[in-house]
Amino acid sequence: MAQTADLFEFLCRMGDNTLVLGHRVSEWCGHAPVLEEDIALANTALDLIGQTQMWLGLAAEVEGQGRSADDLAMLRDAWNFHNVLLVEQPNRDFGVTILRQFLFDAWHVEMLQRLITSSDQRIAEVAAKSVKEATYHLERSSTTVIALGDGTGESHNRMQDALNLLWPYVGELFADDAVDTAMSEEGIAPKSSDLRDAVMARITDVLAEATLQVPDGDFTHKGGKTGFQHTEHLGHMLVAMQNLQRSYPGATW
Amino acid sequence: MYAQMVKSEATQEDPEKLAAFQARIDAGEKIEPKDWMPVGYRKTLIRQIGQHAHSEIVGQLPEGNWITRAPTLERKAILLAKVQDEAGHGLYLYCAAETLGVTRDELTEMLLDGRMKYSSIFNYPTLTWADMGAVGWLVDGAAIMNQVPLQRTSYGPYSRAMIRICKEESFHQRQGFDIMMKMASGTEAQMRMAQNALDRFWYPALMMFGPSDKDSVHSEQSMRWKIKMNTNDELRQKFVDQTVPQAEYLGLTVPDDKLVWNEEKNGYDFSEPDWNEFFDVIQGNGPCNTDRLAARNKAWDDGAWVREGLMAHATKKSAMKVAAE
Ligand SMILES: [Fe+2]
Ligand SMILES: [Fe+2]
Ligand SMILES: [Fe+2]
Repeated sequence: MAQTADLFEFLCRMGDNTLVLGHRVSEWCGHAPVLEEDIALANTALDLIGQTQMWLGLAAEVEGQGRSADDLAMLRDAWNFHNVLLVEQPNRDFGVTILRQFLFDAWHVEMLQRLITSSDQRIAEVAAKSVKEATYHLERSSTTVIALGDGTGESHNRMQDALNLLWPYVGELFADDAVDTAMSEEGIAPKSSDLRDAVMARITDVLAEATLQVPDGDFTHKGGKTGFQHTEHLGHMLVAMQNLQRSYPGATW
Repeated sequence: MYAQMVKSEATQEDPEKLAAFQARIDAGEKIEPKDWMPVGYRKTLIRQIGQHAHSEIVGQLPEGNWITRAPTLERKAILLAKVQDEAGHGLYLYCAAETLGVTRDELTEMLLDGRMKYSSIFNYPTLTWADMGAVGWLVDGAAIMNQVPLQRTSYGPYSRAMIRICKEESFHQRQGFDIMMKMASGTEAQMRMAQNALDRFWYPALMMFGPSDKDSVHSEQSMRWKIKMNTNDELRQKFVDQTVPQAEYLGLTVPDDKLVWNEEKNGYDFSEPDWNEFFDVIQGNGPCNTDRLAARNKAWDDGAWVREGLMAHATKKSAMKVAAE
């Protein structure tokens, strides 16, 4: 049996990724470029929040300290959030938003597909529930990235800029640490590095069709997954997200 | 209402055709896009449905203001789903308007440059979490008052849009009331937020129905065409009668000293809202008019490259398809 702490950590990473990205995407509500996108973005955010409830709910259960998914979301400090830096990147323009979504979806689908056969039944169940949604997100983000990459000169340039901006955040998705090793030894989850080839194949296929150039170099920003060093953006997100729970301790909503 | 003070157009057409048209409406038939209809009927409907659609879209903003601050994951999901529904309502309504020969982009341009209006209510700010309760309870509640009868409106596509919308609106109202219940029975701070939200939203909610129109020619014409089903005063009275007991149940005080049950009319007597304030808001001087229009304009302008990019790609793709055939 894996150490409770490792399992808890793994579950928080899954839940923090969906929580932070779901939050970011929800910021678009009412402000998207076209009504159909507004609805689609809200849909994606809703799926991600639903998945967060499952992952953090399970994390809280595994921890066994009487905390709930809401406690984990609303009352942890920034260094205890262990999402990858990619998902906390600000929305900037629609190009950055949809490209960030695509890069995450490509990883997410691969990860969830592997988790369906997790030795931990509870994880397998959450993965099975989530993978359909993630697959749909990937289809949608892929076609939008392709359309905008191929669309007009301006849309192409904006997508290329978005890719250049986000590319150094992709590598963290494949960075292993002791938790990955522990999970993989128990057959609970693949090592992060195991996903690299399959995810990169998905990504490069779509980027090629979108006529976008994968940037040179393999420099990678790190520090989100371990919580050691987040970007400055996460703190601002948590100020909004956690405001009510922290300002009115003990209130129910 | 979501469509306030919609002027109906005078119509000068063949009296025989007009009489036949009126007979169809009186017989409860639905008018469909390809049917003959008076110019005035078409114009009035475009104005009304367009204004209603704009209200749904601008109405996303005051509630969207709290999505990132929702207090729990569940509340966040419910609120997000609600605001998403409103975008969907906008979409149904723009589609209904398009059947009358106007495009969504044309209507949008008219909203953005101020030629078309949206409901006055969305020019009020949402200042605390209790406002998410008050908006669902009062604003969606008032909208339902007007939209339920509109399910029977004479124009087919509008009526069908209303039927879909009403199902979701009653869900919104219940969610809003649920938030109010939690707040009104919560901590002292929460109770204060709840009362404060009612204090701020009560009169603006009454204004949603528009000023009294019992003597208005426009309303009379619209009612004969069944694109307006009740007078503003009737709906306002119904809303007050329904809402006051709910406020009592919540333990909140409706901010009106003159509010009293009138046995004779079997309804409440209540104070009129400040109609000067209403006209100020309509003319652009509400607390949030500038911000709301700026937000919609920014979304539209910032999104231009996306819409153009998507269109360019679609055009290339269909050209490739044609070439391949
Ligand atoms: Fe609506
Ligand atoms: Fe509404
Ligand atoms: Fe609604």
